[in-house]
Amino acid sequence: MKFVCDVCGYVYDPAKGDPDNGIPAGTEFADLPDSWVCPECGAGKSEFSEMP
Amino acid sequence: MKEVFTAQKISDKVYWVGAVDWNVRNFHGYLTGRGSTYNAFLVLDKKITLIDTVKAPFAEEMFSRIRSVIGEVDKIDYIVSNHSEPDHSGALPAAIEAIKPEKIFASAAGEKNLKAYSGTDLDITTVKTGESISIGDDTLTFVETKMLHWPDSMVSYLAGEKMLFTQDAFGMHLAGSSLYADEYPRHILEYEAKKYFANILLHLSGKVIALLDSLPGLDLDIQMILPDHGPLWRTPEDIAWILGKYREFAEQKNTRGALVFYATMWGSTAKMANALADGLREGGVQVECASLDVNDRSDIMTKVMDAAIVAAGSPTMNNQLFPSVADVLTYLSGLKPQNKIGYAFGSYGWSGEAVKKIADSMFAMNMALPVEPCKVKYRPTEADLKKLHDDGLALAEQLKKG
Repeated sequence: MKFVCDVCGYVYDPAKGDPDNGIPAGTEFADLPDSWVCPECGAGKSEFSEMP
Repeated sequence: MKEVFTAQKISDKVYWVGAVDWNVRNFHGYLTGRGSTYNAFLVLDKKITLIDTVKAPFAEEMFSRIRSVIGEVDKIDYIVSNHSEPDHSGALPAAIEAIKPEKIFASAAGEKNLKAYSGTDLDITTVKTGESISIGDDTLTFVETKMLHWPDSMVSYLAGEKMLFTQDAFGMHLAGSSLYADEYPRHILEYEAKKYFANILLHLSGKVIALLDSLPGLDLDIQMILPDHGPLWRTPEDIAWILGKYREFAEQKNTRGALVFYATMWGSTAKMANALADGLREGGVQVECASLDVNDRSDIMTKVMDAAIVAAGSPTMNNQLFPSVADVLTYLSGLKPQNKIGYAFGSYGWSGEAVKKIADSMFAMNMALPVEPCKVKYRPTEADLKKLHDDGLALAEQLKKG
């Protein structure tokens, strides 16, 4: 399931993960650590919404 | 009745009704040496539209300029907020009260921000990229520019006049009585545009390039760019010039020089800085050596724009970085300069943590650190200073290898 950052529009795609910040491909959004932040704007996980 | 402040006519339909903040020097920690303007625009059509407002203390100046065109401010029907930052929305609550507009337009994020800043439940009509509104004979089309440079940012295109209202993008802090870029010396425009980019947009360079790349696809015939600070770009040459400058600034490749910035307690780190700078010079690199005693963080950022090599020096004070160096490194970290070679140096008395803290900070910023940091105890000896000079030569050599 993809999630979008409501602040800046960045899309978290579990198929890609966030390798620049140590998140391997295949990591579901729910499994991201609570310390993970949007790589584009720095907003926390609570600022993300499920992609429709 | 003649007004205290009057509008400047841009076209038969569009007037500048902003404010000039001649003597502002501290703009959220950015040294605005030439002051600034908060540009707001009045569009005359069946629905009289105000595009952006001004900083709160300048509300009456804006109202006076509006009255000079239409007599009473409540003749305005629509307000468009392209950017919710208080230098453009601070006067919005007063404007809403005076105007009682039929509609206020902003992006979805703009709606949230404007409500939060004003502390009231404003009735805002949200617009998205590609949406247009008719204001009578003419049409305003909106393009969201999320994170350029705030989540709410958007630009508005007035089709009939071929004008693009770009909020902070392509702006600069430059107060003046002339409205257009072609009325200012080019070196001032170049310096202030670069300073603005360095301090407001540098960390968003990737998005700037993406936006510039997307412009042709938007198929907008742009004959004037109207930012919210500083002069407007009205000639084809100037529009091409500022778009080209933005690409150059964002690519961060046009950097040949070196910047050595430092703080000093008893002159030791200053001596080290000067020896290093002379080594860089001998190595054929144009170098600037800047003490943080006399250079503001925003001026350091501007110098960083032209520097391929960034060297930072700090004494160790109470086991920490000297505060002004910590300030600039924190600021630099957020603005994420790319393609830099870093170098750390400084003097210390007994513990000497500062130099490692600089190197760690530079490493975290993805700077290359090809030459080992240099720290000296209390006072650099002549041998230490020769080592610093040699480090300058070595850094210059690294730059040539490129």
